[in-house]
Amino acid sequence: MRFVTRFVKHWKFIKVDSLNKILDAALAGIDAATDLKALDNIRVEYMGKKGQITALLKSLGGMQPEQRKTAGQAINQAKQAVQTAINTQRAGLEKAALDARLAAESIDVSLPGRGVERGGLHPVTHTMERITEIFSRLGFSVATGPEVEDDEHNFEALNFPAHHPARAMHDTFYFPDGRLLRTHTSPVQIRVMQEQQPPVRIIVPGKVYRSDSDMTHTPMFHQVEGLLVDKNVTFADLKGVLQEFVNAFFEEELAIRLRPSYFPFTEPSAEVDVAWDKGDGSEPGWLEVLGCGMVHPNVLKGVGIDPEIYTGYAFGLGVERFAMLRYGVKDLRQFFENDLQFLGQFR
Amino acid sequence: MRFSVNWLKQWVNISDTPEQLGEQLTMAGLEVDATQAAAAEFSGIIVAKILSTEPHPDADKLRVCEVDSGSGLFQIVCGAPNARAGLIAPLAVVGAVLPGDAVIKKAALRGLESNGMLCSSKELGLAEDADGLMELPKDAPVGTDLREYLQLDDTLLELDLTPNRADCLSIRGIARDVSAVCGADFIAHEIATVAATSERVLKVKLEDPAACPRYIGRVIEALDASAETPIWMIEKLRRSGVRSLGPLVDVTNFVLLELGQPMHAFDLDKLAGGIVVRRAEAGEKLVLLDGSEAELGADLLVIADDNGPLALAGIMGGETSACDHNTSNILLESAFFDPAVIMGKSRRFGLHTDSSHRFERGVDPGGQIEAIERATGLLLEICGGQAGPVIVAESIENIPQRSPVALRLARINKVLGSNLQAGDVEPILQRLGFNIETTAEATAEIWSITPPGARFDIEIEEDLIEEIARVYGYNNLPTRMPAGSIPAPILPEREISLRRMRQAMVANGYTEAINYSFVEHRILNAVDQGERAYALANPLSSDMDVMRTNLLAGLLLSLDSNQRRQRERIRMFELGNVFVASTVKGAAPEQTLCLAAVASGSVVPEQWAEKSRAMDFFDIKGDLQRVLALRGQDDVEFVSTNEYAWLHPGQAAKLVVNTETIGWIGAIHPQVLKQFKINNDVFAFEFNAHKAQKRELPLAKNISRYPAIRRDLAIVVSETVSYAEIMRVIRSTAGDLLADLGVFDVYQGEGVEKTCKSLAISLILQDVSSTLKDEIVDSIINDVISALEAQLGARLRGK
Repeated sequence: MRFVTRFVKHWKFIKVDSLNKILDAALAGIDAATDLKALDNIRVEYMGKKGQITALLKSLGGMQPEQRKTAGQAINQAKQAVQTAINTQRAGLEKAALDARLAAESIDVSLPGRGVERGGLHPVTHTMERITEIFSRLGFSVATGPEVEDDEHNFEALNFPAHHPARAMHDTFYFPDGRLLRTHTSPVQIRVMQEQQPPVRIIVPGKVYRSDSDMTHTPMFHQVEGLLVDKNVTFADLKGVLQEFVNAFFEEELAIRLRPSYFPFTEPSAEVDVAWDKGDGSEPGWLEVLGCGMVHPNVLKGVGIDPEIYTGYAFGLGVERFAMLRYGVKDLRQFFENDLQFLGQFR
Repeated sequence: MRFSVNWLKQWVNISDTPEQLGEQLTMAGLEVDATQAAAAEFSGIIVAKILSTEPHPDADKLRVCEVDSGSGLFQIVCGAPNARAGLIAPLAVVGAVLPGDAVIKKAALRGLESNGMLCSSKELGLAEDADGLMELPKDAPVGTDLREYLQLDDTLLELDLTPNRADCLSIRGIARDVSAVCGADFIAHEIATVAATSERVLKVKLEDPAACPRYIGRVIEALDASAETPIWMIEKLRRSGVRSLGPLVDVTNFVLLELGQPMHAFDLDKLAGGIVVRRAEAGEKLVLLDGSEAELGADLLVIADDNGPLALAGIMGGETSACDHNTSNILLESAFFDPAVIMGKSRRFGLHTDSSHRFERGVDPGGQIEAIERATGLLLEICGGQAGPVIVAESIENIPQRSPVALRLARINKVLGSNLQAGDVEPILQRLGFNIETTAEATAEIWSITPPGARFDIEIEEDLIEEIARVYGYNNLPTRMPAGSIPAPILPEREISLRRMRQAMVANGYTEAINYSFVEHRILNAVDQGERAYALANPLSSDMDVMRTNLLAGLLLSLDSNQRRQRERIRMFELGNVFVASTVKGAAPEQTLCLAAVASGSVVPEQWAEKSRAMDFFDIKGDLQRVLALRGQDDVEFVSTNEYAWLHPGQAAKLVVNTETIGWIGAIHPQVLKQFKINNDVFAFEFNAHKAQKRELPLAKNISRYPAIRRDLAIVVSETVSYAEIMRVIRSTAGDLLADLGVFDVYQGEGVEKTCKSLAISLILQDVSSTLKDEIVDSIINDVISALEAQLGARLRGK
């Protein structure tokens, strides 16, 4: 307020006293205003159309030019001073009001969000998608086939002769018309190769069935089959792709080993073990995870592919097996009980 | 196949520990399933002789024996029924440790001192059960440690053989492979021929020489029926899991284990006339050794005499011609049967025998005479007797010959990706017993390989390559990491990926379920349209007897089981195939990929900020529409229906795309819920996922820069008029300027006639090329009102 007084002291004409009085009253009023409405009332009282300072300004018209200049300056200075004071006070009041509002609006952010909870994918689906994804990045495309199959595709074309003891390895569900539920995803190999000449590079995820049910077998389970037929495909490539896959799936470099085995549709055939650390402090042991081999020449010939020109590898892995290892599921049967408490762990 | 390592060592010169051997066998494709000691841990057990026995004065069942342990005489009190003077039996002396760490102490039994214990084979862990003391041979050296006497420090390996390796179903066969795998020398045993001392023969006729191209027989007479199997043979059999049943059976079993040739002994005195190997005639029956009666038919091969079938060839002998403890004259049989004739037959009768197991996989067609000589030699050694000449009935042209297989070094390396040399390959083949010839016209890198007779699995070059790879070691072969060009993936965009569909359901709050594809027919019937279910011929159980014709049944069962676990709010979906039997005889069933969901309980989980309410049809419809929205086009019509018996008739719709029904949605009928014992209302949908997957690529349109104008209409129509019909009338009347259409209120009640309903509808009009003038908008709205009135009997509310 000091600088206002400084100007006012040069105004030696009439109403000096009255101007100072008005100014002091206005400033005091502004200072005392505790809300925006009160502040606005003061603005109207002094600066409004009928306000006191406005009235003084209007009175300048009746003055001598000389006098008008001096008085005008003084009044305008006073007006400025009031306006500035109002602005300052308004800013203060607005901030206080906002602060108060924000304070009033604060909530307990730890309370749960509103709405519907998310569902989740089945762990078998998660695993199958993961396996498929890895192989699709290695250039394999997804193929599918029927679950109700015929003997030709499930066995004969895969080099299983009728009544051969190798069939006893597959406890098969049959239908009265002689059809069967596929015991592996391998028939899709045949279906694809019947339609397509090499290079063939497919991955086949799907359900398969064996009539077996106990702690470690369910009558339905899931497999992912892989098949690559091209020129210059070797057993060394098979070993390589499986090592790459195991590393990718488990996100760590796990040793694998191939054990000779027998599948009628591959030769040489192998079972693949991974070095698996159970995490209980014991030495990692070998755990069987998949079967594989070089496509049997009889299979290639059967679909009209010359085995002298083309070679190929195939592999088949059990999805539940991988899901159990990956997620620590102990009981295979849980996968098909559809208990939401179990499924809810996988999202 | 279980075998003793000590026995194997008589056939191959190995020094590996049993653990090393087991590891090498596993890594060569003969998987070792289990390793166990030939006998449990025990010590201090001595071969002893009972000199005399006296009844215990105070106990009826106990006897007091004086026993010679070789180093002294002991008084032993014993309760075994066969404790008798002269018996040689194992004695656990004081301080001996029995299996299970039981230590033998001096004891008093009913007042009499017993200085040790006479043992049964069960107590020594050598048999599952026993009915008395273990009886040792009369010539067993008294005082010898039993472990030493029986050579019990031996390991048993159990092989889980793949069906191609029938050659390893004998000690000799395993030894052959071990020789190659371990690089050890095979010990060949000459089998001596036994000269005939009698003239007795039987006539053998092969009626079906293709099925049985070789039948070798031999008559042996005057066998000592009271002879006993020597302990070494009993022990070898025991270690292979075969019980001793007297010399006649034991010898045939022994030869089967040693050489892999199944044999049979008929009681000669029970045979009538000669032997005929023939197809059975329909209606013939045969009582087998296990007492079961087999109904025979022409697909079965039998060994018969003049009176009829005696044995099911290669599978099991018959009861009437079986040897018993009085048998002293026998006909030994050693035959070769075509594997194809035996395959699957034992399974049919539920008889899996050591014989059928080998014959259906293939035995060495050249091994019959050798086997009969071996068996004759052993029998004469044990039981004495007179052997007749070897009877040979064969059809040489039907006997399978191992033909040579060409093997190229280049092909080996092409398949294996390896760089093997002739020097790597030849020793492997030699040790496996393969005959190697370098072909005349070719270089040294092409061979002609003839496998031994027992190797039925070697027919083509790849079979040999596998042998080389397996013996060389899969893990010693090179590995090549994926490299080179990778084809671009095929990502069809005119199809919603199943992955996206699943994700949309998950985002809607649904959890994915996977049910078995087979269900109980009765359950299925409750929720199907009478489709023809495709029934299994051999279901595991009656509650899994048909293939599902829909996903709903399984989901309702899952919903029910979760409700039992006190879940109130359940949202589940499943994506999988359903199966409908074809109406065309012989045709494959239709296999259709479907997506189904069930929902029950409150609309949102109980929460602090939102009042929940029971869900209704429109909640699940919204969920479904969010999935169908992936199609990018709003072309699925919900048509009210009562076609589905399992749905509430007033809350059911079929999903129609271009007049084709692709699924349904609705509330489950209360009667069905009752059947499934479900208490809450359940809403569900199911649709053909393949059909729903189809979509068009989005085609971008011009977006209007001009303001849109909204007009609201409140109309009253009969409650039978559907919103879909109202939309259709508005759309066709308003034309292209109608940018959007919505309903924001539906009301029935006070102020609206009883059979009517009031709808508040918003129309958004917009032009792409100019700002719409009020007059145009007014005229469109007036047209719409007139059309609604004319076509649906609607009127504006309040007018």
